[in-house]
Amino acid sequence: MAPVLEVSGLSTVFHTRRGLVRAVQDVSFSVNAGETLAIVGESGCGKTITALSLMRLIPMPPGEITSGSVKLDGQDLLKVDEATMRTLRGSKIAMIFQEPMTALNPLLTVGKQIAEMVMLHDKASSQVARKRAVEMLHHVRIPEPERRAREYPHQMSGGMRQRAMIAMALACRPKVLVADEPTTALDVTIQAQILDLIGDLQSEFGTAVVLITHDLGVVAETAQRVVVMYAGRKVEEAPVGEIFARPMHPYLRGLLNSIPHVNSARGVEVDEPVRLQEISGIVPALNDLPPGCAFSPRCSMSEERCTRERPPFELKADDHYAACWRA
Amino acid sequence: MAQTPLIDVTDLRKYFPIRKGLLRRTVGNVHAVDGVTFSINAGETLGLVGESGCGKSTVGRVVLRLIEPTSGDIKVTGRSIVNLGRDEMRPLRRQMQIVFQDPFSSLNPRMRAGDIVGEPLKVHGVGDPKDREARVAALFARVGLRAAQMRSFPHQFSGGQRQRVSIARALALDPGFIVADEPVSALDVSIQAQVINLLMDLQREMNLSYLFISHNLAVVEHISHRVAVMYLGRIVEYADKKTLFASPQHPYTEALLAAVPLPDPTLKRTKHRVDGDVPSPIKPPPGCHFHPRCRYAEARCKVEAPVLKTIAPGHEVACHLR
Ligand SMILES: Nc1ncnc2c1ncn2[C@@H]1O[C@H](COP(=O)(O)OP(=O)(O)O)[C@@H](O)[C@H]1O
Ligand SMILES: Nc1ncnc2c1ncn2[C@@H]1O[C@H](COP(=O)(O)OP(=O)(O)O)[C@@H](O)[C@H]1O
Ligand code: SF4
Ligand code: SF4
Ligand SMILES: [Mg+2]
Ligand SMILES: [Mg+2]
Repeated sequence: MAPVLEVSGLSTVFHTRRGLVRAVQDVSFSVNAGETLAIVGESGCGKTITALSLMRLIPMPPGEITSGSVKLDGQDLLKVDEATMRTLRGSKIAMIFQEPMTALNPLLTVGKQIAEMVMLHDKASSQVARKRAVEMLHHVRIPEPERRAREYPHQMSGGMRQRAMIAMALACRPKVLVADEPTTALDVTIQAQILDLIGDLQSEFGTAVVLITHDLGVVAETAQRVVVMYAGRKVEEAPVGEIFARPMHPYLRGLLNSIPHVNSARGVEVDEPVRLQEISGIVPALNDLPPGCAFSPRCSMSEERCTRERPPFELKADDHYAACWRA
Repeated sequence: MAQTPLIDVTDLRKYFPIRKGLLRRTVGNVHAVDGVTFSINAGETLGLVGESGCGKSTVGRVVLRLIEPTSGDIKVTGRSIVNLGRDEMRPLRRQMQIVFQDPFSSLNPRMRAGDIVGEPLKVHGVGDPKDREARVAALFARVGLRAAQMRSFPHQFSGGQRQRVSIARALALDPGFIVADEPVSALDVSIQAQVINLLMDLQREMNLSYLFISHNLAVVEHISHRVAVMYLGRIVEYADKKTLFASPQHPYTEALLAAVPLPDPTLKRTKHRVDGDVPSPIKPPPGCHFHPRCRYAEARCKVEAPVLKTIAPGHEVACHLR
């Protein structure tokens, strides 16, 4: 099966007074229809900028996509003109955000916003569009969709607004949904509802999902394939089972050891809490990256070569890639 | 077992009036905390979990009397503090401190970190400037900050370091009790681990007690000795950590645990989802607050509020089915 979305060699920088910020460097991945690719990493590692680059929503200037291609069904989104991109956004590739008010207009009712989207992309009449809006709200399991369609975003709860944003993003059945931390601001019971919802709609519509998150639990529950980013670059990539069973990069291993688990739920008996493993130090500034491996100042396995030469991102085992001299 | 708890809270309530119109008449109340009872021993951590808006932060603030309770009692080493005046509270204030979620908004951006940490010493007139500086330097070292950073401003620190600054400040007066209100929720996981380890080390060294407030169940399981689960202003389950996580008895606890995504793709997901949102605490549902979302709800759940009952030694549950 040919992937719906193929990103290769994507690099995005920001020209700032403090110098060149290399937010995303040489990032490649692809996603098949109906599948979820998770991009995971700590704050500031370039996840959102990767997502915005796919959507061509990077503010330019100060931002600039310096290289790469983003092929959607073979068409390079980085090559089309702005007018074409506007029609592709929403109809072929859509994005949802952590904060729904980023995407929703506070001055329009939720129903009207979804209807406008449908009219723009599917050239539907306003009556048909209105009906589709209510259908979509029903689809994302908003109770009393007729009434809710007439409400403004601020009249809804956080979870409800998230659903409304998903309804709008999926109203025109895009092939690709880019979801940037869609559940980070929500309570766990609501998060579970929203993740279930995205998964159900995905299998129904065959949507390819790029899910951005910092939560390894969310990754394990939703993704088929995982990309780990650190300081703007991919450091590891593999199918989900493989990456949790055999994490290779010291950064990912550190992350997995630093999260507390709901142990009893896994049938593990713990009397006295063990110390969590720490990753010492903090992430480097992206305008002042260390030479060699960007993780070397924090890496307990770092050796002389790591501080001089950047490790290549390469195949280490069957369908399992990492960028580390010692993996 | 005849130990007097360090903190002993009985039937605590906090209602926030909702005022409307020109005359600011009270038209209703937010039942933020609606009859909460718990105790914390010296050297112990009580974890307080629940979804946002259930009243966790309000409990933390009322216990410290940063805001006044509507009713109920708070005892510190056996002595009621709810009717104490300012002067009588003063020595107790040294004993009881708070650390907030967002270390940025809780630290004065125009003060140097060293002055922020030393401020409580100054306010309480501890030592002379020289003693205070030495004490601040020792606190910086203890929480893993460099002495040179005493001269830095909050914006010059990373999120994890700022949280270390607020922990150092909370420790300045050698307290016995700290309310930690979502202290690691804004931090990345690798940094979260550093702060959790620090809090646990400090507890061991100084015999500190924590009321550890969090919506993150994994963090609460890791750090707590006992856990209270709150829903809409009330505690619905209260037990030692092991019991609560291994055999939760309240349907809400069960639902919360089932919703936590586990970082292990080989585990099957439990499909017992709770529907709907948390209702408003202005007009909570009658009877059991959880009944509109509970998959076990029966007729009486809609009219009769279940009380917290002891179902096994040290394990309390508020549910008609238990
Ligand atoms: N408008 C901007 N100007 C300069 N730097 C930016 C801008 N937007 C983002 N960055 C930088 O790009 C890097 C990656 O950010 P981002 O993709 O938002 O990280 P995250 O992984 O948390 O989503 C960060 O270091 C951030 O400071
Ligand atoms: N000062 C206040 N005035 C009015 N309502 C408040 C005030 N503080 C908190 N509340 C309300 O009380 C309830 C409990 O809030 P809070 O204790 O902050 O919950 P949590 O910390 O569990 O998220 C919420 O509905 C909140 O809106
Ligand atoms: S290349 Fe070296 S410093 Fe980088 S992660 Fe591997 S061992 Fe650590
Ligand atoms: S009292 Fe009834 S509604 Fe409440 S938790 Fe128990 S079974 Fe559910
Ligand atoms: Mg982001
Ligand atoms: Mg709170």
